[in-house]
Amino acid sequence: MSILNHFLFIAFPYAAIAVFCVGVTYRYKYASFKISSLSSQFLEGRSLFWGSVPFHFGIIIVFFGHLIAFLFPAEQLLWNSHPVRLLIYEATSLAFGFCVLMGLSVLFVRRLVNPRIRAVTNKMDIFLEILLLVQVVFGCSIALGYRWGSSWFASDLSPYLWSIVKLNPQIEAVSVMPWVIQAHIVGAFMIVFIFPFTRLVHILVAPFHYIIRPYQLVIWNRDRKTIRDPNTEWVPKRPKNT
Amino acid sequence: MNVRSQVSMLFHLDKCIGCHTCSVACKNIWTDRKGSEYMWWNNVETKPGTGYPGKWEDQEIYKGGWQKKGDGIELKGAGKKRGLVNIFHNPNMPNIDDYYEPFTYKYLDLIESPEGHDQPTARPVSLITGKPIDIKMGPNWDDDLSGSPDYARNDPNLKELSPAEQEAMFQLERMAFYYLPRICNHCLNPACVAACPSGAIYKRGEDGVVLINQDVCRAWRMCVTACPYKKTYYNWHTGKSEKCILCYPRIEAGLAPACMHSCVGRIRYLGVMLYDADRIHEVASCDESALVKQQIDMIMDPFDSEVIASAKANGVTDSTIKAAQYSPTYKFVKEWNLALPLHPEYRTLPMLFYVPPLLPVMASMREINQDDQKEKLSSVSKKWDDNWLYDTSTEELWGSIEQARFPLKYLASLFSAGDEEKVKDRLKKMMAVRIYRRWKTVGDVTEEKAKHALRDVGLSTKMADDIYYLTALAKFEDRFVIPPAHREEAVELLEFTGDHKGEVGFGPSKSVQRGS
Repeated sequence: MSILNHFLFIAFPYAAIAVFCVGVTYRYKYASFKISSLSSQFLEGRSLFWGSVPFHFGIIIVFFGHLIAFLFPAEQLLWNSHPVRLLIYEATSLAFGFCVLMGLSVLFVRRLVNPRIRAVTNKMDIFLEILLLVQVVFGCSIALGYRWGSSWFASDLSPYLWSIVKLNPQIEAVSVMPWVIQAHIVGAFMIVFIFPFTRLVHILVAPFHYIIRPYQLVIWNRDRKTIRDPNTEWVPKRPKNT
Repeated sequence: MNVRSQVSMLFHLDKCIGCHTCSVACKNIWTDRKGSEYMWWNNVETKPGTGYPGKWEDQEIYKGGWQKKGDGIELKGAGKKRGLVNIFHNPNMPNIDDYYEPFTYKYLDLIESPEGHDQPTARPVSLITGKPIDIKMGPNWDDDLSGSPDYARNDPNLKELSPAEQEAMFQLERMAFYYLPRICNHCLNPACVAACPSGAIYKRGEDGVVLINQDVCRAWRMCVTACPYKKTYYNWHTGKSEKCILCYPRIEAGLAPACMHSCVGRIRYLGVMLYDADRIHEVASCDESALVKQQIDMIMDPFDSEVIASAKANGVTDSTIKAAQYSPTYKFVKEWNLALPLHPEYRTLPMLFYVPPLLPVMASMREINQDDQKEKLSSVSKKWDDNWLYDTSTEELWGSIEQARFPLKYLASLFSAGDEEKVKDRLKKMMAVRIYRRWKTVGDVTEEKAKHALRDVGLSTKMADDIYYLTALAKFEDRFVIPPAHREEAVELLEFTGDHKGEVGFGPSKSVQRGS
């Protein structure tokens, strides 16, 4: 059992992170055309609304819930020390978890049933949606079956994740956890593992820079102002476009 | 003053015969690929009609373009706030059924079907799913259907017309239509650029062509909503948006864009205009009634020494300035004031201008005595007992414009944000040139009358001759004045030669860098 645990909670996470980093960098640098959210709203919009909106808003909140417990475990425990605050936190998390579950189910059915959407679906999309669906079902059942996950995540899982970051993996805690939680962890690293090969890459190009950018964008092929001014210094690098 | 150059276009609607050669030329070169079958970067619409996609002009449905907000403007259906909030599901996005589901026919069935009792048929199949479909819409579905209740009556431009005026328009004997060819307007204040969250769409500084970087587009789909002319299309297969590129590879090689080159009616003109880029925001946010005038004011005189100096300071090449001085679009738009932009009220400052159509309908019904005429006819001829003359003479100088089959209000709602005077002004000029030419060629109009007509609209005989030449006789190089792209620098448009100094041969280009 220990070999399996070592593989699942040490080797696999590192492999997943390595594949993620290399894969994402390669894809962004050399196959940028293939980075797209591949929206299918153009082919079908109505049921997409009931799938995409709850799924995305849900998963963003749920993701940040996990991230906060990972990054700030002490603060999380402090917040949870008051039962009302704990209840509020858990209830919202679970509500958004159900949002994801509902949205993803709609999306999955839509993908399988609608012939137009089938035409723009590949095997990886199906695999990814099943993986996400399993992951969400496990997540929700953990939240219901193993109460106050936000607390024990902060106290038990966060140290494990940090130990991975610190290149000194400690798997004692995770190896004695119930199998559902273990599966949820492995599933999470599985998502990281296949991330560069799926449409998930669009997360990394989320358009936050739009907020600060001016509305109009004019690009000059060459900075002719610089070229035409004989007083400018010759530089071996291409003049910057403005 | 911040003078930039813009490749601008002019379509002379009075000459368009609606043959769709432009659309086919474009389709064959650019959009004959999977995912782009439904795209018509160039399309020709019948007006009155709903256009493509259906009712694209109705911004209550599609929420395209800019709208006024306080002193400034904001995007109607996209923008930073709306765009990012709606990014997971864009409520204002048209879907494929607003265009049409692309299809083909299973022609092979005609040949390969097994022997049977029935003739084999080529069934239509969807190009998306591959399954048989019932075709509901197709390319150019509304062609010439000006009278039909499905198309003409649903034209969003009829909203401004009273029910009586609409009825008058659709009386059988008054029925008329004209064609409206459309490509991307390569606007000065493009809504698609402003709406793109990834920053994939940009305006090229050198010539103002609006392009989508396919490597940066992430299918956030806001451009489709934002473009009020619905000229950005979403490729459902590649997950990238695409639009008219004004055939920039052809322009850079000194060739006219394919749609313009192939134009049978020779209605299309292309030339450079210099404009003041500092005024874009101010002009786009001005009062609706002033939009057209301000936009034309913003186009600068290419002979003015100050303008030339400012252009040069901005890196506009001498050859481009020279092209601007010979530009046919500048003449039509600014010098002669003969053209108008399409739907200026969308505030994108489109740089495709239209000469409004005179229509073949400047005639009036006149009661005359036909008795003399009837007596001349032989005894076996059929004699009509009415006393009406369908009068196409030019006796009435301007009366016939208001009496045209299309209410001016209709044309005004397309070309001047509802200002009938502007449309009338253009049509009168065209009429004047027509009267002037009638005097010259047919001679049934007196010289005095012809000159009077020109004076009335403020045209000199020289101008009238020039308008006539550029409208009727213009040769290829008169219609397309394309500045050289400077082929000697063209390679540097793609790659900076300095980056490859020290390399040899044609192999994989690896930079020669010192190891460390």
